[in-house]
Amino acid sequence: MTTGELDVDFRLVRPGFDLTVGFAVGPGRVLALLGPNGAGKSTTLSCIVGATEFVGHVRVGERQLDGLSIDERRVGMVFQEYLLFPHLTVEQNIAFGPRARGGRKSEARVTVAALLERFGVSDLRHRRPAQISGGQAQRVALARALAVDPDVLLLDEPLAALDAEVREEVRADLALHLRAFAGPTVLVTHSIADVRALASDVIVLEHGSVSYRGTVAGLVNADATPYLRQLARGESL
Amino acid sequence: MRRTKRGVSPVIVVPALVGLAFLVLPLVALVVRAPWGSIVQIVMKHEVLTSLLLSLGTASLATAICLVLGVPLAVLLARSAHWHVVPRRLLRALITVPLVLPPVVGGVALLLLLGRRGIIGQWLYAWFQITIPFTPAAVILAQVFVAMPFLVLAVEGALRTSDRRFELAAATLGASRWHVFRRVTLPLVGPGVSAGALLCFTRSLGEFGATITFAGSFPGTTQTLPVTTYLELQRDPDAAIALSLLLLAVAVVVLVGLRDRWLPGVTGS
Repeated sequence: MTTGELDVDFRLVRPGFDLTVGFAVGPGRVLALLGPNGAGKSTTLSCIVGATEFVGHVRVGERQLDGLSIDERRVGMVFQEYLLFPHLTVEQNIAFGPRARGGRKSEARVTVAALLERFGVSDLRHRRPAQISGGQAQRVALARALAVDPDVLLLDEPLAALDAEVREEVRADLALHLRAFAGPTVLVTHSIADVRALASDVIVLEHGSVSYRGTVAGLVNADATPYLRQLARGESL
Repeated sequence: MRRTKRGVSPVIVVPALVGLAFLVLPLVALVVRAPWGSIVQIVMKHEVLTSLLLSLGTASLATAICLVLGVPLAVLLARSAHWHVVPRRLLRALITVPLVLPPVVGGVALLLLLGRRGIIGQWLYAWFQITIPFTPAAVILAQVFVAMPFLVLAVEGALRTSDRRFELAAATLGASRWHVFRRVTLPLVGPGVSAGALLCFTRSLGEFGATITFAGSFPGTTQTLPVTTYLELQRDPDAAIALSLLLLAVAVVVLVGLRDRWLPGVTGS
């Protein structure tokens, strides 16, 4: 992988929707993208991943991503509902990327075995997504995204689909894995607890533009908008 | 009008039962009047076996052709959602036409296209000495013409209800479009494809009007089971009944195979 800073700067105009976003995330850093519903958080991820067109640029180090198709971008993504392929086993899900990129079967097997071990899902290797729990599915989704050694990692509400009882544990687990990832990570979330546990920097998006940009600690003093004041009080939205 | 707590009004029940009886009684008649004593003998007759094998062979090939051509057509139709309304509706209408067209009209149309003096047929004959009408190939083409819409609509229904974000997930993992289609899209609509193929096969097996018009009824080459059944009705009614039972049995087997997967997406199942 090419470690480099993720540099995002774009504008997207749709009827009734105007999104202007600019930020940079260094290698090994985790940027949380916070904001109320409809602020453009998921659309931002969609632009980085290549599923939505925009005016501007997305770069990783020297590499220009805009103009590349989704499969050429090397942007790993963990979706809110994980989107594990239901017809494939856990092992085949993780092996999907390495095999799709034309890697050798033997190499893919080594990569997949290591990831199964690292994410503690070796015992589940032959199960289908419907046969594992939400927390397990989240780990498999992360393992699947990392199996292709992406330059950037995007997480779209990675804990929102989980029950409150397991969320704490999965969050702590996720924090460990994110610390081990050398590239830049962008995390979309509604939860201030996620931000505190997982992120190093924060961007708050409101009505299509950035209303706060800074550290997690700095959020406490943010008071420019009612939403920021709510965040400062530590309320999850 | 009196109605029991969970019951349905007699105004509905009576015509519903008459309707059901109308669908079922002819089949009951077929079973009651069947020459059960000599059925095996009839079915094992040489010309019957020949037409049965011809039917199975041509219907299988027609289904294969429908799969190769119909699945891409279904993808095109499913992805036409963002097209302009006119070409989108036109495409759907064109695909649906053979469903509502009398098969005999389909047969005439195929003759006008591929017959020895047809629009394309004349050139096929002039350049390659190829004649399609009244050959086994004509039987297959007639079956493809009437059966393909069943496959296209079944697969399209499945495609439209399948979650396209799985395709996005696959693309982020570095999969090319073709890889995504083969490894994600197709397996996800697998039940729709098999339901469509099964419907397509049954429709091909039962094809009569377009077949007899475009392919004729030459024993051994174009005389399929439905055509034999029709001809036997004039010569040997018992044989016609036995053959009808055979076709009915095939239909029942297919119905059991489909179960609740009948046209997924269209029925919402």
